[in-house]
Amino acid sequence: MAVRAARVLIAKPGLDGHDRGAKVIARALRDAGMEVIYTGLRQTPAMIAEAALQEDVDVVGLSILSGAHMTLVPRIREAMNEAELEDVPIIVGGIIPDEDKEILAEHGVIGVFGPGTSTEHIRDFINDLISAKDSNG
Amino acid sequence: MDKLVSDVLNGSRRALARMLTIVENERDGMQEALAGLFPHTGKAWVIGVTGAPGTGKSSLVNVLAKAYRNQDKTVGIIAVDPTSPFSGGAILGDRIRMTDLHGDKGAFIRSMATRGSLGGLARATRDAVRVIDAAGFEIIIVETVGAGQSEVDIVRTADTTLVIEAPGLGDDVQAIKAGILEIADILVVNKADRVGADQTVRGLRAMLDLGHPSARDRFVSHHGRLLRVDGHESKKSDVIDDIWLPPVIKTSATEHNGIDELVEKIAAHREHLEASGEAEILKSRYIEIELHERLQTALMQRLTTGIANDILQGMIEKIRQRELDPQSAVDQLLIHYT
Repeated sequence: MAVRAARVLIAKPGLDGHDRGAKVIARALRDAGMEVIYTGLRQTPAMIAEAALQEDVDVVGLSILSGAHMTLVPRIREAMNEAELEDVPIIVGGIIPDEDKEILAEHGVIGVFGPGTSTEHIRDFINDLISAKDSNG
Repeated sequence: MDKLVSDVLNGSRRALARMLTIVENERDGMQEALAGLFPHTGKAWVIGVTGAPGTGKSSLVNVLAKAYRNQDKTVGIIAVDPTSPFSGGAILGDRIRMTDLHGDKGAFIRSMATRGSLGGLARATRDAVRVIDAAGFEIIIVETVGAGQSEVDIVRTADTTLVIEAPGLGDDVQAIKAGILEIADILVVNKADRVGADQTVRGLRAMLDLGHPSARDRFVSHHGRLLRVDGHESKKSDVIDDIWLPPVIKTSATEHNGIDELVEKIAAHREHLEASGEAEILKSRYIEIELHERLQTALMQRLTTGIANDILQGMIEKIRQRELDPQSAVDQLLIHYT
């Protein structure tokens, strides 16, 4: 194997125009040597699933500040499962109340990063994820 | 791997995406997979899209692809964005402009990063095009990064090369400078809704008029140098109809103007290449160049892995001390290792 750059999809689902957080994360992951596919604003669950499929990403990162995460995340997971992407994990960044985190975990969200999370922490989280994936073949 | 190859051939989008990853990362099994796919390639028409950053390449690719979809042709897109030379990471943002194609199973968009080496990118792009070709897409659009030598390399991957300009990027002297303008089969002045578009068109037309049609050669990059390849040596060079003069057309991707004309010109270029026999001549040349490149890479790998590090370090030291010159060092190495 010659090169292995982690491929991460960063998407903003729904009607939420606050993309600064997503851009900061995209930039931080780029600086950590990852390839970030940035889809921009107002993505539907179907668009996110499709981009994840075509780009063959290792992980899907969703930035949600609208409060609609309990509606959006399950739909995105469903759309991804329909696209046979059951094995692609989702991480969420944004303002997510603690009581929602467990429910999101049931929908296959393996990491939730709230305000104040350091970009290093997110970087390390994704790197660990990738090395676990690679060692499992 | 055989399963993945047959899944790609049977039109599985997941398999196609995975195969592209394998090709991009040069994973184990890449070579046998490409060998398995190769007999099924050569059917797609490949359109290269290049030009300076900010000329609207992604937006134009979006509407161009949509136009082909309206003709019921399937479209694969490879969109290349630059890798950071410092971190090795990249932000691949071309999809932002390609939202018209979402939900369409007849379109497939893949983002690629340049990953440092231009030679490597040329190889990866060519192989990625073949994978998408084998998957049955009729039109493949390759969008390059904004600047540099790689833009010239696109000529060898694409059947029709579009060079995108925008108004206000430079005066008419820019237009007569050598470089990417010379590789264009079609020159597109995008953002034509802006002030100065007509002036840009005039500048480009004047540039084209300066070059005498019979002197128009094909330029290809070979071993890092630009070579002039005479496009009509094996044809009747006195037939003026044989020569394709790059048209200059105005488009506005955001206002959907000029796109039909662009599609027509691409079709006319294809017709020209096929009717004149130039298509076959070019294909043979590009295969020859590819073979040279692959041979070079393979030989380099074999040689550099064969040379013991202490011998290499010893030579570096001798050269540094001016006891040996670099070319003589290479000659010595070649005697020992070939």
